[in-house]
Amino acid sequence: MSFAKLTEIIEISDSRNIPFWKVILEEDMHERNVSEEESFSHMRYMLEAMTEADKSYNPALRSVSGLAGGDGAILEQFRKNKNRLVGDFMVKVMEKAVKMGESNACMRRIVAMPTAGSCGVIPAVLLTYKEHKNVADERIIEALYVVGGIGEVIATSACISGAEGGCQAEIGSASAMAAGAVAYLEGGTNEDIIHAAAFALKNMLGLTCDPVAGLVEVPCIKRNISGAVNAVISSQLALAGVRSAIEPDEVIAAMKRIGRLIPACLRETGEEGLAVSETARHVEAVLNDKH
Amino acid sequence: MNLFDIIGPVMVGPSSSHTAGAVKIGYVTRKLLGEPIASVKILLHGSFAATGKGHGTHFAIVAGLLGMLPDDVRIPKSLDIAKESNMNIEFGNIELEDRHPNSVQLVLEGVNGRKLTVIGESIGGSLINIANVDGLEANFSGEHPTLIVHNLDQPGHVAEVTSMLAHKSINIASMQLYRAKRGGNAVMVIECDQEVPIESIKWLEHLEGVEKVTYYSLL
Repeated sequence: MSFAKLTEIIEISDSRNIPFWKVILEEDMHERNVSEEESFSHMRYMLEAMTEADKSYNPALRSVSGLAGGDGAILEQFRKNKNRLVGDFMVKVMEKAVKMGESNACMRRIVAMPTAGSCGVIPAVLLTYKEHKNVADERIIEALYVVGGIGEVIATSACISGAEGGCQAEIGSASAMAAGAVAYLEGGTNEDIIHAAAFALKNMLGLTCDPVAGLVEVPCIKRNISGAVNAVISSQLALAGVRSAIEPDEVIAAMKRIGRLIPACLRETGEEGLAVSETARHVEAVLNDKH
Repeated sequence: MNLFDIIGPVMVGPSSSHTAGAVKIGYVTRKLLGEPIASVKILLHGSFAATGKGHGTHFAIVAGLLGMLPDDVRIPKSLDIAKESNMNIEFGNIELEDRHPNSVQLVLEGVNGRKLTVIGESIGGSLINIANVDGLEANFSGEHPTLIVHNLDQPGHVAEVTSMLAHKSINIASMQLYRAKRGGNAVMVIECDQEVPIESIKWLEHLEGVEKVTYYSLL
């Protein structure tokens, strides 16, 4: 993987006069020694897999712990209800994010992006965008290359696992990736793309990983919603012309340093935070009885 | 790491390490055994033992042992499928020294009587490390065709194996050598860029001083 900075992608994009997404496509062709068609069709398969995962949501499923399942249906009902504050687009983003997170917890097939625990953020935003704007699959596939480019930089120069960097590295990264993709889809410039990513990541800095009973359920599933909504508002901020006071690559570097400073008890070890709450202890006891 | 490690893998949830990685460990182990499994002891260590139930780690390992890959939607039903195919399964916990928290020891016997013991570690994302084969250190990822030769620690065996690979135009991606003690049992773990032909593996098995040859094919 060759990009350690977002600015490196932009430099190539500018000097060769090709879009951001195409820089990532060409890098994949080089890295895996594949043709443009092969790379693009692999990415198309990812879009198909996430679309299928979204469509096949089953509201009746519950996870082994009993903590996860059914909220997607509740939000779907809420979306159909006129008595709500947020618009159709945003409520659908929320609904899709929670559905994907629940499907993952219930052992359905999903696309980890960047991780299984954060699998709802990017599909929630991109699939809702596709339905809402009625754009062709190809546009969404291009946006997925933007997603991947931002993700590669974060994975290379910081990290994308909760055990290493806390939730900021999982949901935070997913949110930054999705924000950049929306900025691209809405006709944003390269600067808009990376500043959208920077806004999203800044809003997630310091987020810990303290899941109940060590499972990818609480608080992970609902946090996919905040990651997705955060991505949308961050893209809007960048598209409006607002700029991050801290350079996007510096935000990623800060995320890495913060991740190292988050104590181990809050990095997927179950030793602190929500994981040791009274309710969490009760869930653990019930789970142990099931064994 | 490439682009599709970031966007992907397509997998059955909930956890890339505790579910997808666990499937992969089972899958690679079955391939190493080289025949359908008659019985298996699945001994979970560390976090696999502590949180495995909620992550479906048990289903995942069995699914891999049945030859399923991490995106197979039958993973949650693997225990039933194993029962139908007469695979005898025993679960337990184990304390393995100096192993990754997400580790499992698998003790297998094949339908033709071949035996194999493997320690697999799920090291993050859905990446795995096969850390030990039949009591001797290994360390390979299952991303390459891998040749494992158990031999007596005496001069010439490395040359025999590598000459054979050179003769077949097979490039070595990585090579590790371990021995229990001088003149005792030794093991070569060779990750290759190309597949090793079956007749070459059979040839190796008949060499004097070679005790066991195990091969992991990507095919």
